[in-house]
Amino acid sequence: MSTLRVSQLSRFLLGALLSFAASSFLRAQENPYIVAYDHNLEEPGNLEVEYFSTFGTQRGGPNFHAFWSEFEYGATAWWTTEVYLSGQTTFGDSTVFTGYRWENRVRPLKNEHWINPVLYVEFEDINGADKILKEVVGHDVESDFLRLNGEARREKKREAELKLILSSNYKGWNFTENTIAEKNLTNSPWEFGYALGASRPLTLKGAAQKCNFCLQHFIAGVEMYGGLGDRYHFGLHETSHYLAPGLVWNLPSGWTFKIEPTFGLNDNSHQFLLRWGVSYEIAGFGQKVSQLFKGKSE
Amino acid sequence: MKTSRFAGISAVLLSGLCFLSVAQVKPEKTEPISVYAELERAPAKYRTKVNPLATDKDAVAAGKVLFDEHCAECHGENALGGKKAPSLRAQEVQSAPPGSLFWILTNGIVRKGMPVWSKLPEPQRWQLVTFIQSLGPAEATENKTPGKS
Repeated sequence: MSTLRVSQLSRFLLGALLSFAASSFLRAQENPYIVAYDHNLEEPGNLEVEYFSTFGTQRGGPNFHAFWSEFEYGATAWWTTEVYLSGQTTFGDSTVFTGYRWENRVRPLKNEHWINPVLYVEFEDINGADKILKEVVGHDVESDFLRLNGEARREKKREAELKLILSSNYKGWNFTENTIAEKNLTNSPWEFGYALGASRPLTLKGAAQKCNFCLQHFIAGVEMYGGLGDRYHFGLHETSHYLAPGLVWNLPSGWTFKIEPTFGLNDNSHQFLLRWGVSYEIAGFGQKVSQLFKGKSE
Repeated sequence: MKTSRFAGISAVLLSGLCFLSVAQVKPEKTEPISVYAELERAPAKYRTKVNPLATDKDAVAAGKVLFDEHCAECHGENALGGKKAPSLRAQEVQSAPPGSLFWILTNGIVRKGMPVWSKLPEPQRWQLVTFIQSLGPAEATENKTPGKS
């Protein structure tokens, strides 16, 4: 049994490496958001491997560096699924693994509309030391991050998160609005949050030659996000909010770089976060892995 | 404890990826006639749209760059079709109103695997249309119907 597992794992790893090496590049067209989502899903069969990082300032305690990897796969043209693994380093304290997330985004409508809904469902199995700030909900505030890692990681959080993503493309602009509802699966109330975003490429026309630095490859934007309280105390009282201008560079080679300085908007927010990410899109990944397991080429 | 947790996560990831990869390439049952039939479904207001970049001197070259980056993976380097998508050199595509192609690019055919390309700004979508229709008709080298097994 274990021999079989090792053999399958070896085949998978070999296949993944071969797929990575032999895959065609595909230029991603990412928006500069790190928290907000738009309605653009991953192309079917493509795998996007992403690494994100957040350096955060902390009043009353040490600063931190939170990081996470994302594996985003286009299962179909209307369904994207994604796994996250996250961790963080609190300076002067320790580095800890903080858990995983599994998210799914589904496009319920066939055609493009003025406003395009996407349904988002996520399961999180994380601990209290998680600091990636991938979403801000409920009464999340800066002082939550003051606990030492050893103590915080003992708190287990198994949460379900639902989002309604409403996104529009108009004359090169993207506007998106995310409504977030999150529930700890223990007996905790629903918590709410929001994320808003707007972005636009620096130029709308494509260049006649392949180039790395053409303006079309750069998309600038801004996002704003924060908590909206919970079921019993809905509103802005004791919530944190952030404003983040961002820039993304979508290289023709399939690499994407994002950077987003983030500013806290009230006393409950971290004063400053520096967030950045890098990703690479592997075209036709699913097909290559499928061929590997079928043992024949189509 | 840590090892078993890591092994558990790895197993979940592995099995999920295998399931998805097999599910992704499972051909959907598609009648041959439906491959290009979507072009006919473009609303009249799109079909009658004039390509604003039809006479733009850079549109074909720019469209070629965009095609290589976003479309060639499925439709083939010469747009003659691939395992996942039909030829764009077919008469149905080459003689289609530019607005119909623009509509397909904008909306995709998501239930049949064609992604939505509205994330490309409008001028880039028109550049793609200009490039595709500059190629002219040719016989497909791959299967004409992506759904055919």
